[in-house]
Amino acid sequence: MATITSKPETLVGKRIRRREDPRLITGTATYLDDIQLPGMHHACIVRSRHGAAKIKSINIQPALDLPGVFAVFTGKDTEKVGPVPCGASLPGLRVPHHHLLAMDRVYFVGHPVAVVVATDRYVARDAADLVEVDYEPLPAVTDPEKAIAPGAPPVHPEWPDNTAFTFHQEGGEVDKAFAEAEVIVKERIISQRLIPAAMETRGAVADWKVGDKTLTVHASTQNPHLLRSILAAMLGIAENRLRIVAPEIGGGFGSKIQIYAEEALMGFISMKLGKPVKWIESRRENFMGTIHGRGHVDYYEVAAKRDGTILAIKLKLIQDLGAFHTLLTPAIPTLSVLMMPGLYDCKSIRADIVGVFTNCMATDAYRGAGRPEATHGIERMVDILAAELKLDPAEIRFKNFVKKDAFPYSTATGLIYDSGDYAAPLQKALDNAGYKELRAEQQKARTAGRLMGVGMSAYGEICAFGPSPATPAGGWESATVKIEPNGGVTVMTGSSAHGQGHETTFGQIAADELGVGMEDVQVLHGDTSVVQYGIGTFGSRSVSVGGPAIYYAIQELKEKIKKYGAMLLGTDDVSYANGTCIDNKTGKSMPLAQIAAASYRAMQLPPNTEPGLVATYFWEPSNFTFPFGAHIIVTEVDRDTGAIAIKRYVAVDDCGKIINPLLVDGQVHGGVAQGLGQALWEQVVYDDNGQLVTGEFMDYAMPRASNMPWIETSHTTTPSPVNPLGVKGVGEAGTIGCSPALVNSVVDALSPLGVRHIDMPLTPEKIWKLVERGGKA
Amino acid sequence: MTRKITLTINGAKRSDSVEPRMLLIHYLRDVAGFTGPHIGCETSICGACTVHLDGKAIKSCTLFAVQADGRQVLTIEGLAVDGKLDPMQEAFWNEHGLQCGYCTPGMIMTAKQIVERNPHPTDEEIRHGLEGNLCRCTGYQHIVNAVRAAAGKA
Repeated sequence: MATITSKPETLVGKRIRRREDPRLITGTATYLDDIQLPGMHHACIVRSRHGAAKIKSINIQPALDLPGVFAVFTGKDTEKVGPVPCGASLPGLRVPHHHLLAMDRVYFVGHPVAVVVATDRYVARDAADLVEVDYEPLPAVTDPEKAIAPGAPPVHPEWPDNTAFTFHQEGGEVDKAFAEAEVIVKERIISQRLIPAAMETRGAVADWKVGDKTLTVHASTQNPHLLRSILAAMLGIAENRLRIVAPEIGGGFGSKIQIYAEEALMGFISMKLGKPVKWIESRRENFMGTIHGRGHVDYYEVAAKRDGTILAIKLKLIQDLGAFHTLLTPAIPTLSVLMMPGLYDCKSIRADIVGVFTNCMATDAYRGAGRPEATHGIERMVDILAAELKLDPAEIRFKNFVKKDAFPYSTATGLIYDSGDYAAPLQKALDNAGYKELRAEQQKARTAGRLMGVGMSAYGEICAFGPSPATPAGGWESATVKIEPNGGVTVMTGSSAHGQGHETTFGQIAADELGVGMEDVQVLHGDTSVVQYGIGTFGSRSVSVGGPAIYYAIQELKEKIKKYGAMLLGTDDVSYANGTCIDNKTGKSMPLAQIAAASYRAMQLPPNTEPGLVATYFWEPSNFTFPFGAHIIVTEVDRDTGAIAIKRYVAVDDCGKIINPLLVDGQVHGGVAQGLGQALWEQVVYDDNGQLVTGEFMDYAMPRASNMPWIETSHTTTPSPVNPLGVKGVGEAGTIGCSPALVNSVVDALSPLGVRHIDMPLTPEKIWKLVERGGKA
Repeated sequence: MTRKITLTINGAKRSDSVEPRMLLIHYLRDVAGFTGPHIGCETSICGACTVHLDGKAIKSCTLFAVQADGRQVLTIEGLAVDGKLDPMQEAFWNEHGLQCGYCTPGMIMTAKQIVERNPHPTDEEIRHGLEGNLCRCTGYQHIVNAVRAAAGKA
């Protein structure tokens, strides 16, 4: 029997190193491609090389003739499977039928056309090259603004205007505010397409057991239960005969939420051939066939008074959707609209979204999903307004923040901000950065002809997705907590980690609530045959929705523990603390392990009480949570090369109560890296024919260790009233806060040249040209 | 057509018949069963497949298995001896130098080489040394902390 240690100290709030790390640092974790099954075959997918083309014919015979090739499937074979789902619904939304494999036409580079199954991954790849696809290329369109211009080639012939939907949202008195405004500023702001690029690509291993009629799919997914529900429907099998296993997952950042054609294809193939089959996405496929993020062209107008008071915001948002909708594609820009006012007390907003089909891969949820775009927009516009009015960018923010005593605060977009003190992190960031001294230093630098910039952002975000009515598939989260017969604690969470460290943070919460040691708590996730139905990990929801589910399951469990404790101690007055039941009258106590053993042995039961110590809780949050913060970046631009040096990076984030500061720092750092990636280097480039020019790490500039600045992190703490833990979420904060602060800093550096706005990424070439041309683009 | 190769992996000698075109990373993972090194790009950019070959960090996705014939390979699985973690592994754990863990085996093997060549590297030297290894999760700061902490102990 394990020794169960009672533990008086609390673990929540401590910098504790992660429990998942020993397997990861020794190379003994099992990721998807590590799975080998007896008789396993390998699949390779033939993909379109054209942005748009008719398929005149496909000859699979040369591939079939290659020794080791087991089967080749094309669109005709899989026509009845699927379709690849879109879970978002908007009025009048056009949803193209998304077959697993292309039928008579391809719509983007990377569009799956055929799949080859062979005994070995090398043979499968050889055979894929032998499939002869005869294409008739068609004109393509990859720029969303060109796609909605008259005469553009139609992505889907049935919808020649290339418009999937339009969406209007309005609150307050926008026209009146613009009529009365003392100043109006306008700008076109781009949030370019990005590639999520998790270090582990996607993949699936499907294993059909014909005797049991059960299918197991090991998949690199952020939400195994959702995948199970949808895959069962796509494949036409009962959900209780489908098991999804998310093994160790090498990152997701939103790109493993979606249900992709390949997962269903592997299920289809395994069921058809009666063999286990594996598909592992190559990096090139990952770039062309896993969702992209962002893809906005935003036209902003802000009405204000001369004292800097923001009166109203108008936004025309052109969203590049790609050719097909993946799970959440059309919903993402609506999140941008919800976040339009940012942290500011602006009661009049008007937004019009045009969702545009292009001959590109779908855009969908990438770290932040709509909120980085919105924050970039409003935070750029606030700086543009400040420049117009010759106000300090910090002062204009303080002036417009929702005030500390205004919470809960109803926004013009229909949200209720839970809690906040928006001035606090900005003030702390200004203090940490030494703002006054920086401005003085900047004056000196300018006098000396140097281009130094100080830029800031004050960001807010929507986390803890979310109340169920606001989500396409349920916004609750589940937990089962079991005290095993020897007193060990097993926590099963419906949230499914892919690098976040749930085993550690959830272990801290459970250990504290039960008063046991971390080593006594085992956290399980990711296997639908082990864990009760759950929703998954995305939108900074794990600790803020999954955490409370664990908390409440344990509260139920503690009541049951006390019933057993009272019976076993022969008293009617017990309390439970530090893993022990105590008779409040006599002081006699009994440890959890002994109570657990008695509950399973069940020689005697308390009145109206079942044997065993197990509780399951499905927690439905009443609202989102709204973390916030402020980032300040000091930059210097090299006139001769256009290179941007980041001199300081000061981040102050308020994510509510912190469970583990070490992990929170890690989330902020990683988020900032992705934000800087967007601000400085990363962009997806398709040429006019639909070729993906940035098709590899060679052409797509992801941040490296030598590019990253030192990030000075600190926090303010405003607990959320939405959940009993007071937590808000931090997974996306760094990404959201970063890009506007960086661009604001560089625009500030170049402001002596008259520069007012620069679109991302701020490549040295772009900056050098601006400097060379005296500030003119 | 296969060719017989004999090599030493993590101290143990073995022989296998492999196709000449088989990449070293596929040989290590699929044939020899060392799944610690990962495949992140197959183009030598990301470094997830980094192992030591005769004591030098190399990217095993851009070497053929036959090129390792007669040589010594050290993978992440070979670092801990009798369950005792290498100081670099311990430092990655202590400093939270990993999140999803996918790049980590390659990152640790590269980090080992950095401190072997330069026992007291500056942060700038650490960052330069890590340039061939991509991480999408950490923003590198905790990795730099880990390498700095392990330097001098390796």
